[in-house]
Amino acid sequence: MRKRVVVTGMGVAAPNAHGLDDFEKALREGRSGIRFQPLLEELKFGCQIAGIPENFDEIRKNYFDREKLMSINDNIGYASVSAVDAWTDAGFSIPDSTDDNVDWDTGVIAGSGIGGMDTIAQSVVPMVNEGRVRRLGSRIVEQVMNSGTSARIGGLIGAGNKVTSNSSACSTGNEAVIDALWRIRMGLAKRMIAGGSEGASPYIWGGFDAMRVMCRKFNDNPAAGSRPLSASACGFVPGSGGAMLLLEELETALARGARIYAEIIGGYVNSGGQRMGGSMTAPNPEGVKRCIRAAVADAGIDPGRVDAINGHLTATYADPMEVKNWAEALERTPDNFPYINATKSLIGHCLGAAGAIESVASVLQVYRGFVHPSINSDDVHPDIAPYAAKIPQTCVEFPELKYLAKAGFGFGDVNSCIIFKKWEEE
Amino acid sequence: MDDKKIFEEMVNILKVYTKDTTLLEKATLDTHILNDLKVNSARLVDVIIKCEDVFGISVDDDEADKIRTIGDAVRIVKQKLG
Repeated sequence: MRKRVVVTGMGVAAPNAHGLDDFEKALREGRSGIRFQPLLEELKFGCQIAGIPENFDEIRKNYFDREKLMSINDNIGYASVSAVDAWTDAGFSIPDSTDDNVDWDTGVIAGSGIGGMDTIAQSVVPMVNEGRVRRLGSRIVEQVMNSGTSARIGGLIGAGNKVTSNSSACSTGNEAVIDALWRIRMGLAKRMIAGGSEGASPYIWGGFDAMRVMCRKFNDNPAAGSRPLSASACGFVPGSGGAMLLLEELETALARGARIYAEIIGGYVNSGGQRMGGSMTAPNPEGVKRCIRAAVADAGIDPGRVDAINGHLTATYADPMEVKNWAEALERTPDNFPYINATKSLIGHCLGAAGAIESVASVLQVYRGFVHPSINSDDVHPDIAPYAAKIPQTCVEFPELKYLAKAGFGFGDVNSCIIFKKWEEE
Repeated sequence: MDDKKIFEEMVNILKVYTKDTTLLEKATLDTHILNDLKVNSARLVDVIIKCEDVFGISVDDDEADKIRTIGDAVRIVKQKLG
């Protein structure tokens, strides 16, 4: 029999808040974390606005000693701070580095979409090109290896189970949570720290700007730039940050009297195969619908029971298609469609961190019974006008919220969907 | 620069790489950098780079490989500084 899995801890470093309390407040207020970035203007980006966690250099100094700080770049910093927050939020403590005990039952899946690009761009490339390889020192590899985030987190907590980093573009964070869900379900681990992170770097964002998929029309009004579901959406606003969720086997969570935020009852990942309208950059609608249906089937609920959707919804041309895919997959009409919102309207598109930060937003909404506003969508796209009433413009108190579906899609035509359920004492 | 000054600079350099900095309070020329100070062996290359920057010298790989104790480092630095 498969193990049941619950969320008992969370940590988040988002462009609009650090920490759960402030993040919940930001979600409820519809607080934007999008700001003008002078560096992007200087570098002649079309999009000169972005979401970057504030005061993070100061924040991380409170978490790590000088020795560790020297090998923690943005990406690893966001991931590690979030992991420490999630771990302690769940009631555990960070062991001293001299503590020789290994926690064989705890693992880590911490992904990124792009990873340590800032370190590559600022250190590796110039120093290698200048013939100064020797001067790179010992701290480069651990910051640029794809598993740099999970490796750092694993060492912090002494994790002895599977410690790895996944990557599936903008589906990465969701995928990490789903992989962790399966590992615990199968009885291979009792606890998994799962999530994703992404650095804030023009070297990460440059390729997207060149593709003209980033927002270029709101450089003078940053907070209005990220406009999922809107008729005036003109591309995504880049974001950065990290989030981690501590997934735990229900039995051990109950045995230790842990606070349970939500149960994860379903999850699925697939790919549209870059066929049937899908491509490297566009989703095959059939793949999306299959993914959502499979997640709902895995959850063992009727699709009509989904109360709210936290969409992928990036503010590109794909948003209306996403809404229609949800409607078909969940067999819903505009009249009985669930609430739908886009956390990206507040924080931008945090790429490999998106699914993780938005999963934390999803769990908070389920736990506290609300649906956060999907800002900048008052001019709903005409293709989805009949759904306008289901897109909250202000925070909706929704204590009956029981089932929330969270999806993520990414380049490569990859899809992921998670079903969160409100935890109720049994 | 005399031995004492070089030794003090070395201790200062090693502070960042020594988890328990109280170990440095009783450090001597015979203190073994890896065994006594528990410095991660991978970080020795960073210690050498820092030495080069602080003392304005260049330490080649063969010389670096011979550094085991703080005293070894002090001798090499002194020799380089002439």
